[in-house]
Amino acid sequence: MTTPARVSAATRTMRRARKARRGVRLRIVIPLIIVGLYVVGAVIVPILYHFDPLSTDLLYRLKPPGSVVGGGSTAILGTDQVGQDLFAQIAMGARVSLTVGALTLLIAGVFGVLIGLLAGHFGGWVDMVLMRIADIQLAFPSILLAILLASVLGQGLTNIIIVLSIANWVVFARVTRGQVLALKNREYVEAARTLGAGHLHLIFRTQLPGCLAPILVVATVEFGHVILSEAALSFLGVGVPVGVPSLGSSIQAGTAYLTTAWWISTLPGIALLILVLATGILGDALRDRYDPRLRSA
Amino acid sequence: MAEPTMAVREGSTPRDEPLMSVRDLQVEFSTSAGVVRALDGVSFDVRRGETIAILGESGSGKSVTAQAIMALLPKPAGSIVGGSIHYAGRDLAALPIGDVRRICGTEIAMIFQDPLSSLNPVFRVGWQIAEPFRKRLGMDKQQARAKALELLDRVGIPDAGRRIRDYPHQFSGGQRQRIMIAMAIALEPKLLIADEPTTALDVTVQSQIMKLLANLQAETGMGMILISHDLGVVADVAERAAIMYAGRIVESGTIRQVYDYPAHPYTQGLLASIPSTKAIGERLVPIAGAPPNLLALPTGCSFHPRCPYAVDRCRAEIPLLRRPDGWEPGHVAACFRSEEVLAHD
Amino acid sequence: MLGYVARRLLLAVFVLWGAITVVFIVVRLVPADPAVLIAGETATPEQLAALRAQMGLDQPLVLQYLGYLGHAVTGNFGNSYTQYVPVMKLIGQVLPNTVLLAVLACAFALIVSFPLGLLAALRVNRFSDRAVTTLSLLTQSLPGFWVGVVLMLVFSRQLNWLPSAGLDSPASLILPTITLALPFIAILIRMTRSGLLEVVGEGYIVTARAKGLAERRVIFPHAIRNATIPIITIVGLEFGTLLGGAVITETVFSFPGIGRLLVTSIQVRDYAVVQACVVVISTAFVLVNLVVDLLYGYLDPRVRLS
Repeated sequence: MTTPARVSAATRTMRRARKARRGVRLRIVIPLIIVGLYVVGAVIVPILYHFDPLSTDLLYRLKPPGSVVGGGSTAILGTDQVGQDLFAQIAMGARVSLTVGALTLLIAGVFGVLIGLLAGHFGGWVDMVLMRIADIQLAFPSILLAILLASVLGQGLTNIIIVLSIANWVVFARVTRGQVLALKNREYVEAARTLGAGHLHLIFRTQLPGCLAPILVVATVEFGHVILSEAALSFLGVGVPVGVPSLGSSIQAGTAYLTTAWWISTLPGIALLILVLATGILGDALRDRYDPRLRSA
Repeated sequence: MAEPTMAVREGSTPRDEPLMSVRDLQVEFSTSAGVVRALDGVSFDVRRGETIAILGESGSGKSVTAQAIMALLPKPAGSIVGGSIHYAGRDLAALPIGDVRRICGTEIAMIFQDPLSSLNPVFRVGWQIAEPFRKRLGMDKQQARAKALELLDRVGIPDAGRRIRDYPHQFSGGQRQRIMIAMAIALEPKLLIADEPTTALDVTVQSQIMKLLANLQAETGMGMILISHDLGVVADVAERAAIMYAGRIVESGTIRQVYDYPAHPYTQGLLASIPSTKAIGERLVPIAGAPPNLLALPTGCSFHPRCPYAVDRCRAEIPLLRRPDGWEPGHVAACFRSEEVLAHD
Repeated sequence: MLGYVARRLLLAVFVLWGAITVVFIVVRLVPADPAVLIAGETATPEQLAALRAQMGLDQPLVLQYLGYLGHAVTGNFGNSYTQYVPVMKLIGQVLPNTVLLAVLACAFALIVSFPLGLLAALRVNRFSDRAVTTLSLLTQSLPGFWVGVVLMLVFSRQLNWLPSAGLDSPASLILPTITLALPFIAILIRMTRSGLLEVVGEGYIVTARAKGLAERRVIFPHAIRNATIPIITIVGLEFGTLLGGAVITETVFSFPGIGRLLVTSIQVRDYAVVQACVVVISTAFVLVNLVVDLLYGYLDPRVRLS
């Protein structure tokens, strides 16, 4: 009989399913640890290094990673074109990235979710008007809109956050609206309505809680997008002002020294990549966990 | 409805070789919560020109039986772990999936519950019906189209010449099921499996579809496995019935034996819970309790927690199919107390 | 179908109007006076006043807006502040290059991602699926401009195989195309995979199997034809990201395209060109999405015939 082989096929798929579930847990924990390390590094490293974005040390400029620099310390990631320690600079850049990312998500998220709730709950012309605005917004590739606004508003951290919030609220609005429409006819929402609950209660106590999981997933994915957009704007010279170290502007500065000092462009890029990758993996894992429709296992 | 099919049966020798013979079939599904035994020792025969109805609640394993025969068990979760499906001298349970599918296209066909989702929305119905002719018989486009047209006519689609160019969503539910049937009988199969063919349809359309199936069977002499949860729908069409519960056949016999003299408490419960014309004004009696959780089946007879006849033995031992003492041959039930059940009726 | 086309056309026109209006408003937010930007800080008040009158800046905002709208429809965006030639002439010189780059990147992305997405879907949760999914996640996290810099470092500076800047030969297109296509590839792989996975669970796939068709035939055309519909929608939506990426890629590789024109115009504060570039790019995006919508209607009879 072939029975034993077939039984093992069944247990093998089960083992695979179990492994996939353990995988999801790992894919949530490890990225969280990485993002946590970035946060800690972004807070502590610039303090430890007494980082001053405006100081220069031309004697020790363009030193490769591991060089001993002034004061006998070692620049583990080398120095840049004005002699600044690249490691401290990357940590400082991460500080900017994380701040911009978090604040943008907060503003775009709150604004977008509110719009989505209103459009989904009231429907009719409210929905129509809000969603046509979203359509117009979507006619601009988000980075293009950011470039246009940034070029008009001028450089500055606040402006970057405003610009990126404007470019990103639509995603939150659409996801929330979709979810509200899906929830609207569920029994518990209808029950609340027949019991005479007001609009505010319906929106915030019955519909918002049901939207939180997909919003969380979107926020995680968007966090990476926002950080990448900030770096791109700074790379193009319409992002953070001169003197504020950002991963994007570090990479830009390094392009002039590609042949002599490859590390100036390359290493901040890798730092950026790891951070964005961590949020990407986290977003995927959360989606697998909260959105069973897209679950593959 | 049963007359023409009976005639076909009498034409051949009454005890001839069964068309398909399923023996002790066992199917397991692996889920993240554990391994589920969806079928546990299912056996039955289908003969030429005969219709056997497999009846039961959802989750009883009736659809899984069809999937196992057609090699359509969802992969990689479900697999046949034991038993055999003998057809034309071969064991479908042991053949590679590809080989089974090849047999399925030509000799065993299947129609499904939901004709809308079972038809591909982006291809014209004519193309879909013609596909087996082109791919399996190697006909050219014109020939295949002519055959498709003929089939649409045969299953009763009005104005078939024009409608052959329409897409599935342009047809009504009953017409879609007719199209599914046309597709299934295209290559003149010897066995047709109909999995809840009328469940998604209006009551009036249901009887038309059943009539169509019975007529086609009478014309072609194919065997038919009719899977349903609705005992009323199959009553006029099927000659034999098998009642499934929790992955096992708990009672089988001719349709009259099973319907008129249920020997298993579950069958009795099912019959008591369908509305009938002779009992207008009477209360319907639902079966107590909920269908069993396949992950945690009760010990002994799976039905004992819901069974009014249950005794200690039912909780300890699994009853096997047997003929109740003093009743006709061919009628079997998996119950220790069939005699009491029959006496009660 | 006609109603569907009309609705889509109407929406496209509306969205374009909105985009053009938004650009008008945003550019009026510039704190600097365009006349000063053109004539320079040394110009006399009379010169500035004359210039303003010539540009129509002394008229009420509503009239300015209507005039601008009329010109935008005819593709007239006035003269460049810095180069004293019609803006559309500047754009006309570089737009074909960007279109070429975008089409190449799109084609490259489709060719690479479709087989990989298919492979991942057919071998779901196996090793090859995990490898492809991980690869696409990694690719998606790559900062586009950084990839450009690294590719340039490796293939132009170190290996000296490919030109690093400009557009002098077909070889100049290779690195920008790859840079631009990478994030697109990542998204397309994911969409192909999830689209196919969704379709494979459908009833008509079971029917196709029950018909006894070979597994290859079940996938082509039964599954693919249905999975293509969402994939095409994504191509349209993500085309915007591709256009945005073109701005960055062109800057990295000093590629003479509309993106680079936009960035250099921002640097010299030539808002006439900036405004026109943004309108042209948005128009391209809206048109691509219109085509996608119409294609969608063509591919899905349920949309076409309703």
